[in-house]
Amino acid sequence: MEKLKRHWLQVLTHVGALIPLALMIWGYTQNQLTANPIREITLRTGRIALVLLLLSLACTPVYILFRFRPALKLRRPLGLYAFLYAGLHLLTFVGLDYGFDFSLIVPEVLEKRFVQVGMLAFLLLLPLAITSTRGWMRRLGKNWKRLHRLVYLAAVAVVIHFVWLAKGDIRRPLRYGAVLALLLLIRVPPIRRILRGRKVDGSQ
Amino acid sequence: MVKIHPSEITPEHLYLSRRRFLKGMGALATSALVLSACGGEATPSPTQPAGAGSDELTDDLTSENDINSYNNFYEFSLGKTEVATLARDFKTSPWTVEVGGLVDNPRTFDLDDLQAFTQEERIYRMRCVEAWSMVIPWLGFPLAALLEEVGPTSDAQFVRFETLYDPEQMPGQKSGAFEWPYVEGLRLDEAMHDLTILATGIYGKPLLPQTGAPIRLVVPWKYGFKSIKSIVKIDLVAEMPVSLWMAQAPNEYGFYANVNPDVSHPRWSQATERRIGESGRRKTLFLNGYEEEVAYLYEGLDLRQWF
Repeated sequence: MEKLKRHWLQVLTHVGALIPLALMIWGYTQNQLTANPIREITLRTGRIALVLLLLSLACTPVYILFRFRPALKLRRPLGLYAFLYAGLHLLTFVGLDYGFDFSLIVPEVLEKRFVQVGMLAFLLLLPLAITSTRGWMRRLGKNWKRLHRLVYLAAVAVVIHFVWLAKGDIRRPLRYGAVLALLLLIRVPPIRRILRGRKVDGSQ
Repeated sequence: MVKIHPSEITPEHLYLSRRRFLKGMGALATSALVLSACGGEATPSPTQPAGAGSDELTDDLTSENDINSYNNFYEFSLGKTEVATLARDFKTSPWTVEVGGLVDNPRTFDLDDLQAFTQEERIYRMRCVEAWSMVIPWLGFPLAALLEEVGPTSDAQFVRFETLYDPEQMPGQKSGAFEWPYVEGLRLDEAMHDLTILATGIYGKPLLPQTGAPIRLVVPWKYGFKSIKSIVKIDLVAEMPVSLWMAQAPNEYGFYANVNPDVSHPRWSQATERRIGESGRRKTLFLNGYEEEVAYLYEGLDLRQWF
């Protein structure tokens, strides 16, 4: 109980991040994922991955603005869950949708820029997920932080992926883009200094 | 009636049609009912399905529930499953379709007039540009029958269709993201083709609002968005109409929008599709499998340029 009190935010993060997956599995078994479940799973995993990635990128701004230090502890789990859903998203595309038929998948990737930029985002997140452990942090030292700045690029790639695949109305992806822009802007050192009033340590 | 050009047939098509033929023969041989009903001689065609529960390629019908719950109808919502709920109270009666433009006898048809045309069942594949498809048992009548009543003049080259514009009833039309009302068009010869119908029902029942009630177009060899819903206006015109999608994204949507696995959409490869109710993908057929019936309409037309 004492432990739960101390770690409630972490617990909430884990539960919150896994609920969409549970709902999706339940929906799949109950035949509740529309007439086109594969597409629904693709859309949901993609959307959840993006939301979690943005939440992970929101931790530092929350700290900057409200000096709420516990938020910083959520960056890693949120980022890893974003990667989990991104992985499921990719696996849905390759496996569920195209049945691992690479004679269909390869032309799709070569032909469609939105697929390429999505793949790029995944490839950028991959090394970050691998090096997310304490051991890798220690081993990489100063370079760890440099490496993990790739997350900004990955997030931008995800938003472009979303804009490029939208049919007709791109306002929704652009709203996500606006949130990302804001989260990135708060980090820019001069802006950050104004917001904080003084220099911050140890956060990205 | 059938004219096939060697240049339009790839070995793959041959292979597929052979398989289809064998499948059809299998179905015929095993079903005494079908044998007795068709005399074993009739070859299934788009107007003569292989059996009650399938189209002429022996593809199974999509379930009524799937057809009525998975809809692209942006006048109501961008979400496919939201349309049915939002359209529930949509008023489809009284309703009139104004037919005019370059015609001898402009006329306004009300629901009774439309029902007066001989209604027949047509089982068609519906291929969405988003690379999914359904097999739908429509109820309706050839558009040609209606056009013959108004008598297109010799200047008429195209037909322009318009959906109802009523933002109070169609909340999606309040969105500024599209240039409402929805407009679509056909070349006159496409419009007069026997496969082109005005549909009033599905599965023997009147259309529901989410599927385009009370009257919609169905052009089975073109991507689904050509089959405009809830029509209030049909004009015969001399110039190629600009459809809503052409205006929205001219590099993505052309006037013809013929189903073609070899011509990709910028966002979806059109080589394969998912049949609703099936897992995995199936190869998309040239002109959605209606090549024998309609390929002659596009002789000499570069389908890459005129996508």
